[in-house]
Amino acid sequence: MSEAATGWAGAPAESIWSGPEKKAARRSRSPVTGESDLLKAVLIGVTVVFLSLFLILPLAIVFTEAFSKGVAAYWGALISPDARSAIGLTLTVAAIAVPANIMFGLAAAWAIAKFHFPGKSFLITLIDLPFSVSPVVAGLMFVLLFGAHGLLGPWLKAHDLEIIFAVPGIVLATIFVTFPFVARELIALMEDQGTGDEETALSLGASGFSTFMRVTLPNIKWALLYGVLLCNARAMGEFGAVSVVSGHIRGKTNTMPLHVEILYNEYNTAAAFAVASLLALLALITLVLKTLLETRFNDALPGKARGH
Amino acid sequence: MTPPTERPTVSLSALPLKRSSILPGFGLSLGYTLVYLSIIVLLPLAALVLKASGLGLSGLWSIGVQPRVFAALKTSFTLALAAAAINVVFGVIVAWVLTRYDFPGRRLLDAAVDLPFALPTAVAGIALAAIYAPNGWIGALIAPLGWKIAFTPLGIVVALIFIGLPFIVRTVQPVIVDLEQDVEEASASLGATRLQTLSRVILPALTPALLTGFALAFARGVGEYGSVIFIAGNLPFISEIAPLLIVVKLEEFNYEGATAIAIWMLAISFFILFAINLIQAWSRRRFGNV
Amino acid sequence: MQIRAQDIVKSFPGARRAALEGVSLNVGSGELVALLGPSGGGKTTLLRIIAGLDLPDSGKVFFGDEDASEKSVQDRRVGFVFQNYALFKHLTVEDNVGFGLDVRNRAQRPPKAEIRRRAHELLDLVQLSGLEKRRPSQLSGGQRQRVALARALAVEPRVLLLDEPFGALDAKVRRELRSWLRELHTRTGHTTIFVTHDQDEALELADRVAVLNGGHIEQIGTPDEIYDHPATAFVHEFIGESSAISAQLREGEVFLGDHRLDLPKANRLATSNNGEGRLFVRPQDILIGEEGPGALQAEVLSVRRSGPTRRAEIALPYDRSSVEVDAPASVALQPGAFVPVRFLRGAFFLKADAAGAAVHARG
Repeated sequence: MSEAATGWAGAPAESIWSGPEKKAARRSRSPVTGESDLLKAVLIGVTVVFLSLFLILPLAIVFTEAFSKGVAAYWGALISPDARSAIGLTLTVAAIAVPANIMFGLAAAWAIAKFHFPGKSFLITLIDLPFSVSPVVAGLMFVLLFGAHGLLGPWLKAHDLEIIFAVPGIVLATIFVTFPFVARELIALMEDQGTGDEETALSLGASGFSTFMRVTLPNIKWALLYGVLLCNARAMGEFGAVSVVSGHIRGKTNTMPLHVEILYNEYNTAAAFAVASLLALLALITLVLKTLLETRFNDALPGKARGH
Repeated sequence: MTPPTERPTVSLSALPLKRSSILPGFGLSLGYTLVYLSIIVLLPLAALVLKASGLGLSGLWSIGVQPRVFAALKTSFTLALAAAAINVVFGVIVAWVLTRYDFPGRRLLDAAVDLPFALPTAVAGIALAAIYAPNGWIGALIAPLGWKIAFTPLGIVVALIFIGLPFIVRTVQPVIVDLEQDVEEASASLGATRLQTLSRVILPALTPALLTGFALAFARGVGEYGSVIFIAGNLPFISEIAPLLIVVKLEEFNYEGATAIAIWMLAISFFILFAINLIQAWSRRRFGNV
Repeated sequence: MQIRAQDIVKSFPGARRAALEGVSLNVGSGELVALLGPSGGGKTTLLRIIAGLDLPDSGKVFFGDEDASEKSVQDRRVGFVFQNYALFKHLTVEDNVGFGLDVRNRAQRPPKAEIRRRAHELLDLVQLSGLEKRRPSQLSGGQRQRVALARALAVEPRVLLLDEPFGALDAKVRRELRSWLRELHTRTGHTTIFVTHDQDEALELADRVAVLNGGHIEQIGTPDEIYDHPATAFVHEFIGESSAISAQLREGEVFLGDHRLDLPKANRLATSNNGEGRLFVRPQDILIGEEGPGALQAEVLSVRRSGPTRRAEIALPYDRSSVEVDAPASVALQPGAFVPVRFLRGAFFLKADAAGAAVHARG
């Protein structure tokens, strides 16, 4: 996709050469591979209207509604105790879930991309699994495992441990749904890169640890950042899975998205959108950084369709 | 290849799993991966499977055919299919326009396509509800025509279009970038009009990617919760989606009901994705790699 | 169909130089012409402009007496064959070949059975009978290119245009397809223009060769004319092997330092042009180990085996410029030894003048 971001717009035109790779640059000018101006205008129109209706308007209304009762009300909604505790919990959850998934992503990518072993593709499928499970089902799984009537419920109760309707459950559910982001980004890139660099470093006498720190990590840092960015956005914004395991206890187990829901259901629309605007801002920052990474460090990211 | 490293390694690397490699840390990294994966994914999955096996096939079946459950599953799957289908049509146009044409604002729109990936679903949900509600920006425009979007199944489709769009666009875009220009020129030189080239040469080339994007968007749509519940209206038998019914069952402490719905969702999703995989394998055979 | 390109100028936005600087080309009906040149010489651009795949900034293209410049590629009815085949991957071989007929408008479209019959006929012509139902992915490179050719022939093109048709194939398949294409051309008689950077291919296949460089035609002529009488220094360097030696022209005689080379009279220049320039000699046009008029004493630098003969590298006196020579096996050559050499033929080109245009003369 990142290639798409750079686009045909500035297709360099130096190519009077006949090589196929240069021919691609000619594309935008060829009189036969373009659509008529009319069709082009229609298609652009459809695109602009469609994306406006479904992407731009929702973003715009978040900020419009957030300030509909004025700046004071907006500020008031953000500094209310419940909002502050929701913000605090969201930050806490992300601060645990994201590093946990970074550790996992690094370990999984190292094992999968640098070694050959049977069952590897099955392992990759398992890592991708959380993407194909509904977040609500994910939450349900944790309730069935740790809930009062769950598998481990009685044992947890006996030891006075709370997971469901408590912060640990929220953290676990968040880790589950954000689990593949870092790993799949790194696996794709490190498989492309192969083992040559590391083997060279080792043959030059570097230790395994310093090879990882000084050779592998610099090679993957941008992809890692990219994965972390997506992982963090989802971790802070996760709703379904967290909603199931949180119990919606105000001031205690409410994350920002859950707090938005409660305010909205109480018809406190402006306050709901005020908190939502913080999350929307987070999304915008994520998008900007993501686009920046894709345009600046395209070579350092795995080159295939991105999703999720 | 060099023989295995002399460094003492964790027990796993002694297993015959590993092809000889001089890189260290295989045992440690794979071990960590498996343990973590087990705790986070496999254990919860096992809890669900265990609960479901307690119900038995007959239990699963009887819950699945309960009218309200059946209606919710039907709503989720048909509307996810509808949204994915709409997204295929508009997604291919959006991908084509963003890749092939240049116009002011193109880069901004291109970046905005990823918004549904980045925007928390709850935020998307309340925003879409506000826009398409009868008193909202769009809702108010179409209300005089007697049309209603929010709080009807149509609202669910709107939310699922939002959620699924980037899957289609981002899957198709790289394929459009990689389309060989000479194939289009060959078509033109053989006398094909541009429309014929688009429909008979380019669209077939995009089909496998469109199918993949369709499958991804559909899978995501079936399970989607956050963005849907605010705009859906959530009327049983009409606009109640399966994930919401799971939540409802959980609130009633009906764990069996929740589990059965979850299993049905997973089963139907896997079946459909499997079918789409078959179609893709078939189309790959057909297209091959030239 | 006779094809004429007239004063074609084409520049691509952002490029430093025009891709074509006013090129004219005449291709007779039924002729097979090669556009030969280095990358960036403009040959593919010229071919694409003739096809209508690119539009010239100025200049005209005539098909027979008809001005085709304003016609779209769809209406020009050309058969264009691309370097990378450009087959439709989702269609069978037979449907690929039939595509051009199938996209015609209702009035001109033959019935399905007829399209199939024509496709089979053409596949027979390109010796691919039996592969009708295959997909392009199931074919070898050479087979794909023949499908592409059959597909181009299916629309009964007025001219066949081939852009590096064998460029993506390995050497052996290239040679096979080369003679096969020559045969096919003899049988079908299509006016054909093909682009190549492979001089062997151009010289062996074409009735005439146009050498393009820097956006203009350096020389156009039969393979013999191109090889034996290169019109410019560029053509001499580009076609075949030759060594370039700095030399002077004085009163129609070529001098190396103060040594008159005594090139044969028949080739001597009847001109009063004097000055510095370069003398091009081919390895086989130098006699080594025999004294005679104009002979020089050159030092043997190295001797290598090269096919049936030996190839010696010698250093000439004066500026020690090195020259490649074909040496018969009978002549004993020791590196470091001095042997007499005589130039039997050569071509002298005066150094480019200030304006940049080469003033050249044959030695």
